[in-house]
Formats: sequence, C-alpha cells, structure tokens
Amino acid sequence: MSLTTPQTSMTRRRLLTETARTVCGVSLVGLGLGFYTHNARSLPATSLRPPGALEESRFLAACIRCGLCVRDCPYDILKLADVVDQAATGTPFFQARKAPCEMCEDIPCVAACPTKALDKSLTNIDHSRMGLAVLIDHETCLNFQGLRCDVCHRICPLINEAITLEPQHNKRSGKHALFIPVVHSDKCTGCGKCERACVLEEAAIKVLPINLAKGELGQHYRWGWKEKEKAGKSLVTPDTQHQYNLPKGLQYDHAGDGLKKDQL
Amino acid sequence: MKLTRRSFIKTNAIAATAAAAGITIPGINNAIAKTSSKQIRWDKAPCRFCGTGCSVLVGTKDGRVIATQGDPDAPVNRGLNCIKGYFLSKIMYGKDRLTTPLLRMTDGQYDKEGEFTPISWDKAFDVMADKWKEAIKKKGPTSVGMFGSGQWTVWEGYAASKLFKAGFRSNNLDPNARHCMASAVGAFMRGFGADEPMGCYDDLEHADVFVLWGANMAEMHPILWSRLSDTRLTKEGCEVHVLSTYKHRCFDLADNGMVFTPQTDLAIANYIANYIIQTKAYKKDFVNKHVNFKKTPTDIGYGLRPEHELEKKKTGTGGKLSGISFDEYKKSVEKYTLEYTSKLSGVPEANLLALAKVYADPDKKVSSYWTMGFNQHTRGVWVNGLVYNIHLLMGKISEPGNSPFSLTGQPSACGTAREVGTFAHRLPADLVVKKKPHRDFAEKVWQLPEGTIPEKPGYHAVLQNRMLKDGKLNAYWVMCNNNMQAAANMNEETLPGYRNPENFIVVSDPYPTVTAQAADLILPTAMWTEKEGAYGNAERRTQFWRQQVSAPGDSKSDLWQLVEFSKRFKVEEVWPADLIAKKPEYKGKTLFDVLFANGQVNKYPKQAITDDNGNVYPNDEMDAFGFYLQKGLFEEYRVFGTQGPKKGHDLGEFDTYHKARGLRWPVVDGKETLWRYREGYDPFVKKGQDVQFYGFKDGRANIITAPYEPAAESPDKEYDLWLSTGRVLEHWHSGSMTRRVPELYRAFPDAVMFIHPNDAKKRGLRRGMLAKVASRRGDIELRVETRGRNRPPEGLIFVPWFDAGRLINKLTLDATDPLSKETDYKKCAVKVMKA
Repeated sequence: MSLTTPQTSMTRRRLLTETARTVCGVSLVGLGLGFYTHNARSLPATSLRPPGALEESRFLAACIRCGLCVRDCPYDILKLADVVDQAATGTPFFQARKAPCEMCEDIPCVAACPTKALDKSLTNIDHSRMGLAVLIDHETCLNFQGLRCDVCHRICPLINEAITLEPQHNKRSGKHALFIPVVHSDKCTGCGKCERACVLEEAAIKVLPINLAKGELGQHYRWGWKEKEKAGKSLVTPDTQHQYNLPKGLQYDHAGDGLKKDQL
Repeated sequence: MKLTRRSFIKTNAIAATAAAAGITIPGINNAIAKTSSKQIRWDKAPCRFCGTGCSVLVGTKDGRVIATQGDPDAPVNRGLNCIKGYFLSKIMYGKDRLTTPLLRMTDGQYDKEGEFTPISWDKAFDVMADKWKEAIKKKGPTSVGMFGSGQWTVWEGYAASKLFKAGFRSNNLDPNARHCMASAVGAFMRGFGADEPMGCYDDLEHADVFVLWGANMAEMHPILWSRLSDTRLTKEGCEVHVLSTYKHRCFDLADNGMVFTPQTDLAIANYIANYIIQTKAYKKDFVNKHVNFKKTPTDIGYGLRPEHELEKKKTGTGGKLSGISFDEYKKSVEKYTLEYTSKLSGVPEANLLALAKVYADPDKKVSSYWTMGFNQHTRGVWVNGLVYNIHLLMGKISEPGNSPFSLTGQPSACGTAREVGTFAHRLPADLVVKKKPHRDFAEKVWQLPEGTIPEKPGYHAVLQNRMLKDGKLNAYWVMCNNNMQAAANMNEETLPGYRNPENFIVVSDPYPTVTAQAADLILPTAMWTEKEGAYGNAERRTQFWRQQVSAPGDSKSDLWQLVEFSKRFKVEEVWPADLIAKKPEYKGKTLFDVLFANGQVNKYPKQAITDDNGNVYPNDEMDAFGFYLQKGLFEEYRVFGTQGPKKGHDLGEFDTYHKARGLRWPVVDGKETLWRYREGYDPFVKKGQDVQFYGFKDGRANIITAPYEPAAESPDKEYDLWLSTGRVLEHWHSGSMTRRVPELYRAFPDAVMFIHPNDAKKRGLRRGMLAKVASRRGDIELRVETRGRNRPPEGLIFVPWFDAGRLINKLTLDATDPLSKETDYKKCAVKVMKA
C-alpha cells in the first residue's frame, strides 16, 4: 500500500491479500482492526520498499513473500509486513524514522531476492530509488529559521549531491546566512537517513514514495538553462562578443557580474 | 564467512539500537510541550557549549529549565542557535545525573580498589582533606594539584587559583584549555605581550577576504560561520580561502580550497611572508613604526618525556627571542618559494599564489581565523605567530575587517582559563608567577604574606598525567572536564596515573564520565544555570547569568566545592611557620578565613537576586556561605585588570553585566573596546600613536621568524596513515552533555572513521564495515565512513573524539608544542585493517 496511492487499481492478488489480511485482523486481534484501519488512513506513505524494488504493482506481483531479503539485511532494517502494517502482508518494507536503509555497497537484500522483485540490475546502491526525501515543513525546519542544524545534510550519504545547503541572506538578523536544505531527486536514494536524524519531535524532512513526492513539469515547457547545460552550448547561435565604452580600470562581464574592476 | 561478518554487524547494530532506545525521550517532554508559555520565567544566559558565546533565553517553570530560545537581542547570534544550542534545555536532565558523592569503598572504608559507594559531603571532604594533608606533609605542596576548565565560570577559576596558588601554595593548577588554547596564548604573549584577539566578531562583516587556517568553522562555530557566509553572499568581491588537511564543510563555500600535507602550514605561512617581501607589498611605514623582528630557537623537540628518542636528538631548546634585522628576517623566509612550498605542501601553485595575493593586496581587508588546526600543533606557537607576521607586514591588524583571529573552543577559555589565569604559570590579567612584581601584586590584592605564591610554574596538563604516573603528584582534583577521554596516549600516560595506588583522584562532574569512573572519589556537580555564572567568549565578551534552578540531589557547584573545601585547612597545615610569621594575624585561621572571608570577598551581604520584572532567583552559594560570594570574588578579581601591572584588562562592575548582553573588554568608563591597539578604538593607545601594541613597553609587536620543521610522528611503512581527530557539530567535546540528548545522539550516534574510498578499498574495507585503527599506543574498532561530511585525502583519516565507547585518545601521541605544552591531536601515525 505504501508505494502506491490508494487510488491505483487493485490487482487480483492484492485484493486477495488485503481481504485475507482484513479477515485475519478481525479474527486474530479484535482490537487490532480498529488500530489498523486508523493507521491505514493516517499513515499511508511511511513504509518504504527495499532498494531495487519494482514499481509497486509489479513488485507485489513478483514478491513471493519469502523473507530472504529481510533475513539478509545486516542491520535489521527490513521487516516483513504483518497484519497491522501498512504494506501488503508478508512483503518487505522499512520505515525511515525508525531505521533507515544503511545503503550496503553489496546490496545483500537484492542479492537474496529469488524472483527479481528486487531488480538485480541494481549494482550501485547510489542508483537505488527507495523513495524521495522531501523537506515537508518549512515552518518548523530549524535551518529555515537560520539555526545551524543542517543535521539532514551532514548525515546524507550523498551529502552535497542528494541534499545541498543553499546559503541565503537572513533578512531578519541581517548578518547571518540561512542554509536552506534542498533535496535533489536525481541523486536522492530515499534511504531515509535524513528523516531518521531530523531532530524535531516530528521530522520536517520525510522520505515519501516517489510518486507522492515528485511534481511534474508541463510537457509544454523546458528549463532554458538546463537545456543549454544538457546541450553543452546555446541552443540558438551564441551571442556576439559584446564591447563597451568603459572608464579606465573597469571592465564589463556580459555573461557574469556586469561592471567590475580590472583584475590585479 | 559472509554470514559471520553479517551476523556480527547485526549484533552490533542491535546493541547500538538498544543503547539509543535506552535514552529515548522520557514522558516529561510531552508534558513540557503542553505547558502554557505564560507561566514560564525567562532570563538570559550564554550557551553552555563553544567559545562563540551565543546568548539564549532560559525558560524556567516549577524549578526546572523546560525551554530555551535564541536571544533575539544578543549581538552575537540575534536569536539563532546551532543544533546543540537548540537542545540546551535538555543537557541537565540526563537520566544518569550524579546526585551524591561516591567514594570507592570496601567494608565501609576507603579502598582504591573498592566499589563506588554513596557517602555524605562531610565524609567525602574528610577523606579528601586527609589525603591532601598527607601528601603535603610527605612531599610538599607540589604533590597536590588540580586540572580545571575553560568551562568553569569566571569566579570558579578565580577561587581555584586562590585556593591552589595561594592556599596550598601549589602552581599545579592547569585548565583543559591547555589542550585547546595554550598555543594561541603563547603566540599572543610573544607577539604582542598581551593575550587575546585584537579584533572582534564584527570583523566577520567588515572583511573582504576570509582565510581559514585549520578551522572548520562550519561545524565548530556554526553561528559565526553563518555570519561569515552571509558576508560572502552579500558583499561584492568577498572571497573565502580554506586551508585544511582534509576537505570539510567549509570547502562548500570556499573560493580557494586547499588541502595541505600535515605540518606544512608552517611553510605556507612563510611562503606568503616571502611573497609579500619579494613583491615589496609590505607596508614599510607600519613595519618601521610598530614592529620588531625576532628569531626563536629551532629544533626544540616535541614535548615528550625527556628519555624519548626525539627529545635526545633535539639541538635547540625553549623560546627565548633574540632580535634580528629586517634583512635577516627577509633571508629567513627566502627559501619558501612558490615552487618549494607547493611541492612540500601538495597545494597547487595557483592556489597558493591566489592566497598570497589577497594578503598582499593593499585594498583588501583580510581576516584570518584558526582554531585547533593551529593550536594543537607541535609548532603551535610558531604557526600562530607566522600568521601574525603576515598581518603585521601588511599592517592588516587592529582595525575593522583586518584581523588575525584565534577562535576558542570552550565557552570560557578566554574569560576563565586565560583572563583569570588558571594555567600553571599564570595569575589573573596576564600576570605570571615567575615575575616577582606580578606575584607581589597578587599577594597584595589577596592580602597574603610576601612569598606565598611559589615562583616556579606548576605541572601543565600533560606533565600532570606524567607526574601522577611517576608518583610525584599524589592528591589530584579534576573539575569540569573529561580528561580521561581527552588526554593523548590514555593507556600509557593517563590511566596509569589515576590508578596508581599512591594517588588519590577526585573528579567533580554532573555525569559519570570516563574520567569520573577512573577516579577514587566522585563529587556530584551543579551545572550551567544551576548556579550563577560568568563566561568570556572569543571576542573578549564577558557574559553573566543568574542561577535559574537548583541542582538535583546533593549536587553542588564547583564554586561551593572549592570554597567549602578550603574550610578544612588551617594555615599551619599548609604554610611554613616563617610565612605565617609574616602575617601573625592569620595564625589558627582556615584557608576559608584567609582567602574568602577576607573582608573583600565577603563584603557583599546576603541579598535578594531580582530582575527588572521582579522575579526572584536562587543563589545556593549565597545561602550556604551567607554572603554574595560571586560578587565578592568578581570585584576582588577586577582589581587585577584595573590596577594591575599589565594595562588594558579592565572589566566593568559586577552589577552592569547582569543587565547587559555581555561587554567586550577593556571596559573603561562603561565603554567597551571593539578593536585593540588602534587609536580611537582603544582608550589605552596614546593620541597621535595611530597604533600602539602596548603589551610591550616600546609599543611594538614582534614578527618572529620560525621555519618549517616536521611533525613528531609521520606515517611510515607500517603505520602508513595520518590520524587527525576533532569534533562534529552535533556533539560538544567529549559528548558528556550532548550524547545525553536523545535527538543529538540520534543525529550522530557513534564515532566513525572518515577515510578515502581508495584507502578503504586497499585494505579490503567497505563503507559501514567495522575496522580496526591502531597506533603504536593502542587501537580501537569503529565503522568505516567513505562518504559524508569529511573527505580526507588518501593517506589521512579523521576520527571525532566525542564517543566514550570509542576512545580515540588511546591512539593519539602525547607530543606537545615545547613552548605552549599543548598536545598535537591532529597528527600521529596509524594503520587501519579489517576488524
């Protein structure tokens, strides 16, 4: 359930599983049902799949609930979902706030998977996409107020790639920079270290399934500077070499800083 | 094989998780969140942690600090805090706070090998006083000593200084600031004849160029870093140059980031001086008027035990300066060419040149910052001085934005350790024990017979451990620090002395630290706002706070402990008859009578401590002794600054500090001093002098030449990596406070080994694996980190020292700067292998 929104169509297998789970829930733990349904409503997005997991519906079809990935997780991060968990019963998941993925270089969970529910073509853990970190709450994030927390940044295994700090002038204090944490989806593996380490009572940064976390740009628009970077040159003939009338000792950098003093 | 490794990791991971779970948020926190803010009393206090000196507002309710906020009116931090400061309200409430004295006992008697047993303060001081008297009787005053703190309040340091230097007549009093600031002090005294920076934090807004020499400000001085960053962002042409032996968070902002081979900072600084001279960029007029040139003895050894091979090989000794000419100075730095320095340091020529150019540019204001990279250095005094040389050659000093600035690591390294002078060789306000006029002045202020304070400097920090081990220092009090986790070469040089059967070791601490557990007697101690206090930060800002709450159980402040203990000694028990004969009225008196009930310290009667809102605050020491002890001590101490032989150390009156967000000294007629030694800014500079370095009689500063010399221990075939140690933002020093805050623990639970991925690979190690790191002195196991905040070059590893479960000081070498006696924690040789 975690990696697909409740709106996605249910597969037959999933319908059966869910039914079975509900039945079990009722018959085994009377109280559990209330708890389960409550959780189902309030925490739909906090369960993450192991590295290399296929798209949720395909994953659910391929995963045979054998538990080998859970057994081989050296840090006991992965759990098999039981009836009270959000994920389909018997499938592996982890919760970032409780225990994030340690990103083993040899990815033992993927190696253990007998069915390719965890994609064997994932050989570099940096390429895994378990989810995407999102700095959800700017109002409580300490760095947005100018405090020097940046714990999420420093704990990130891909520091300065998956999370960068963007320094900005702090207008309120007038003399301290704000260091705004920014997550980059092309690098973030969704390991959950940032959510785990966030010092707030409730984490301001959370790892969400990618389909919940990512916006999508309209097909009708491109970021001009990114297209230029991709192409390695201007898409349209580069600008002419500009020349200027300037007083002695000054130069004008057309593409950069504009008017400036001669370099020494 | 694979499974074995995995299952091992698994077990450890479980253990770690359990440890974390053991200290998770107690229920009380939820209750706190719901408390109405109306019922909270707010008062100000400086942060408990680093030398930045951020101010916080402390929220108290029902005798408990339940919240803090950054003080919006504080000039240093304007309402901001780092993540440690954010959790200040939790540091006093760790589950394992000590609440009663604990003595090692067997069958009701003190026994060095016994178990810690709760006892009363009375009994604790009985046993302790016996041990002190026994030691003094047997071996004289040099057999007692104390290891103090740059985290002591001003009056705690002052009381300790009086008790030991005058009361026990032992100069064996040294602060943990010896590990931290001693090299900075040495260079200030040699260069300017007066301790502490000429500039202030306002330089962070005024400079055009920032140069970081061995300072990771991004993590160690987080709020100052945000000020520096803001200037870099908002000021046109602002540049940041960063020098370090590995890449750290400051490199993110660096316009010119330079990773150099350890120890070659000496050569780099000399290269810059050489460049300035060769290009004739130096300010002739400034140099002619304000500077003397000196040289210092070279090849002076490494502060190891005299029988160490390296000490036998040295050809020079000490730091006695001799005058040289400008041409001799010029010649002394000539060999540090761009080519030579680049080759030696591993920094590309273009980067070195860019750095030299900004110093040499007459139109650029340059501020240099350094911390432990310079101070924890076997040539720490030299290298501090070499940067002063650059600033002095260019006249870029003592004015807004032009500032060589030594940052401090402890909240009162300046205010207490240095200004009060709790070092083995110092007295308050830059006075030293070896100078008779200085001792005379102290004895006059303290109303003591002439000759009370011994002339010979006492044992410094490292020597104290050696003397404990050798059985020459026998009664020893460790207060407000965690030296068993800090002092280098712990297994060979620290623990043996603590456990030496001849010795009695007392440790005062709020928590059962590694040091406390190695003691014979543990004294439970009040901390931070559980007492009235004063700290002095790195920019000469003295900040006061009132006691907000009472300490748990039988905990008592360091101040109470020092003063109460003094009641246990009659002068006859500690002073020779001929000394008492000079002041017969002291006959039969206790040290308490002589030192603290002397008509000055007990001058201010018991009174209600109130603020402008009419809130009333506790003062447990006033209740205990019947007078306003803190005020009395401070007012007596202030005399050293206002009337002492060294001018320019004036502090304001006690009461003014409770009303101000700190004042930067010298404070003259209520006015603070921002930049020292510059006419107009500094009231002690005579009219028409422009600049006057009045720490020396001729008003001139010293440019002291010193060469590059190698480190004490460099990597070789077997021990093939450099080890550098240090801190992380989340934890402060040994972690005794921050590791007890669950959220900070979670943010950086255990120490790891930052290592280059190639170095890890070569040793069959992968990220996350457990590895063993070993030096000639010891080894520990910890996890490999090839990613993350610190990126060492190949050939160097970095390990933080906050983790009591992974004591990196088993590995570090107790080599010191022979001048400052400060340990080099940044350089020793280690090897790394699979665990």
